[in-house]
Amino acid sequence: MAVMFAAVACGTGSTQNAGTVHVIAQWSGAEQAHFMAVMKPFLDSTGIKMAYTATRDEDAILRSNVAAGNPPDLAAAPSPQLLTQFAQQGKVIALNSAVDMGALQNNYAKSWIDLGEPLHDGKLYQVFSWADLKGLIWYDPASFQAKGYNVPKSWDDLMNLQTQIKSTGTTPWCMAIASTGADGWPGSDWIKEIVLSQSGPTVYDNWVAGKQKWTSPEIKLAFQTWGQILGPGDDSNVYGGSKTILSTQFGAVGTPMFAKPPKCYMLNQATFIPSFFTSADPTLKPVTDFNFFPLPDINSQFAGAHVVAADSWSMFKDTPQARKMIQYLTTADAQTIWVKLGGKLSPNKQTSLDAYPDPLAKEEAQLLAGTQIAKYDATDNMPVAMKDAAWQAVLAYAGNQSKLDSILANLDKVQATAYTSS
Amino acid sequence: MDFSVLLQDIPTLLVVIIGVPAILAAYIIGGEYLVRRLPDKNRPQVRPWLWVGPALFLVAAYLLLPAIFTIKQSFENNAGDWVGFNNFANQLGDFPNGGAWIAIRNNVIFWLIFYTLFTLVFGLALAVLFDRVRYEQVVKSLIFMPMAISSVALGLIWDFMYQYQPPGQAQTGTMNALVTTFLHHDPVTWLQDQWPAEGFNVLNNLALIGAATWGITGFAMVILSAALKGIPGELLEAARVDGAGELTVFRRVILPLMMPTVVVVGTTLVIFALKAFDVVYVMTSGGYNTDVLAFRMYKLLYSSYNLGGASSVAIILLIAVVPVLIFNLRQFRAVEARR
Repeated sequence: MAVMFAAVACGTGSTQNAGTVHVIAQWSGAEQAHFMAVMKPFLDSTGIKMAYTATRDEDAILRSNVAAGNPPDLAAAPSPQLLTQFAQQGKVIALNSAVDMGALQNNYAKSWIDLGEPLHDGKLYQVFSWADLKGLIWYDPASFQAKGYNVPKSWDDLMNLQTQIKSTGTTPWCMAIASTGADGWPGSDWIKEIVLSQSGPTVYDNWVAGKQKWTSPEIKLAFQTWGQILGPGDDSNVYGGSKTILSTQFGAVGTPMFAKPPKCYMLNQATFIPSFFTSADPTLKPVTDFNFFPLPDINSQFAGAHVVAADSWSMFKDTPQARKMIQYLTTADAQTIWVKLGGKLSPNKQTSLDAYPDPLAKEEAQLLAGTQIAKYDATDNMPVAMKDAAWQAVLAYAGNQSKLDSILANLDKVQATAYTSS
Repeated sequence: MDFSVLLQDIPTLLVVIIGVPAILAAYIIGGEYLVRRLPDKNRPQVRPWLWVGPALFLVAAYLLLPAIFTIKQSFENNAGDWVGFNNFANQLGDFPNGGAWIAIRNNVIFWLIFYTLFTLVFGLALAVLFDRVRYEQVVKSLIFMPMAISSVALGLIWDFMYQYQPPGQAQTGTMNALVTTFLHHDPVTWLQDQWPAEGFNVLNNLALIGAATWGITGFAMVILSAALKGIPGELLEAARVDGAGELTVFRRVILPLMMPTVVVVGTTLVIFALKAFDVVYVMTSGGYNTDVLAFRMYKLLYSSYNLGGASSVAIILLIAVVPVLIFNLRQFRAVEARR
């Protein structure tokens, strides 16, 4: 029997075809088709083959594959926290010699390269191919015009607009923070954006690193500021109240905003959300039917601060084919293909603004390029136990604002252990 | 579909198609050859071991050894250092709301009792009632159908069933449509609502259990129905001739005769209840106090990478299952003996 298993094991080992790169990512359906379109010119010109696996439970799959000694060659977007662990365990390969570092430094903002060095030891473990910009407030220009509402330029404007909309008997906000397997994250985006814009990058970084207590005045203030958005009585500013906030999937957040007459006028979501608008109602057009403005700066000292998220790439097996592929993914040529198909921003400075398919996407790209303070998604960079607890806290707070103190105290308790145990 | 992957792996394919049967045949022929060389009286002692050998090897390699490693790991931290009962203390600390307690409560109280009870009662009622109608086969097939759906699809279907829209809006979820139309009650957020109390959330647990019950009732029904068909008609007729009403016939004749089957189905369901995972994973991911042990183990292992914690939850689950397992085996043997 043992002989037989050994033989099988050898069989699989020796058939690792020299020209195939195994890739794991989260894209399926339309996104997978877009990714394939990106890869096609590369695969055609090099003759390299790609074996692609799509999974939404990527961290779990990667962890078990790596533990079993059978990782993919390349993986897109493992959570940064998981990548840091892999880097510490020596399970991912430093990319310094795999990608053209000179071109990378010329074409990417320094913050992207810093993000790729999770151990801060000069070793690059991930590169970024596409980005999402968070903290965009989406609205329907037609209904804004019909009611004479103006796009707010400052935080006070936003608060006033909120009151103005409410005085007509309609709720200002649409909100939906359910997400199968990850309930709460869309709500946690609010907290991140408020912390960054209100208290600045130092507090934000300390908070991510577990050095800023959740009960500290800054974080508590961020929750309270979000509470002003949610409205008095826990949820009176939001369509359907906390029950709707908690039970609606984030992708369906726009439906009541596009109802006639609208049931709410604004929603906060990242650059990817228009694809959900148009898949629910294909007649909706950018600019005329939906538009966005960036969440106004809360503290002018930190003007132009934005939370970003991105698709990252890491290499688990050092093969010439994998090196070529990861290098290709950092180029503007590769990134432009998906940019043209819509729904993605390119972090590469060489990507032409003309590649963006509509004026909104172009505006988003300009906003990303002009961002003064770019910070990566905070909860994604926290240990998983902390991230899960933060999401749960957001759910609890959206259901009952009066429990804020006990919610934050509980988060401090998790913070005390989460950073040491994993 | 791209089959080129199969072609790349031709050596593996050859090994599997030719090698496996060849090695098995060699094992049997070679083993028998060696056994024949033994003295006559020793052969009966050796031969059974020869034949169960491969099975024993597989059980040891894929069940016993991993179980032993899991037990060992539950006393270690991630670095592999011995930490005594620390992992268990973490999981079992902060009674009643900390650690694994919510998962334990949901598993051994809500799931174990309600899932088992609902499925048994529905399964038994359907089996007995459909036994009396002509369209029995058709209805039974319909009830059995959810068994053919994967649990993930089942979870998604029930996600739609439980959908919530604010009061006054058209309800898109079937359950809320029923509640608002017939009970004139405000719509309910079935999966989030922790009625009656946050520490004792019956409603959303029952919502999950209801979805799981829908999927498994067909299984209980067909087995119970088969047992019912095994009861001789003369017995029932004799009871009726003696003046027994239908309810009495069910209570005094049918139920006692079906009891062994009911118990076996029940204990199997108890094991299903203890290892509940998919419905929780898909529908709530353990949120709003609906965590269960299997999901907690998965979270600790794959998300938090807390190997010791995950192993200790696995051991807690194992300890919870063992008594049921023993009871089930005994009962199974008792039923076999009666045949």
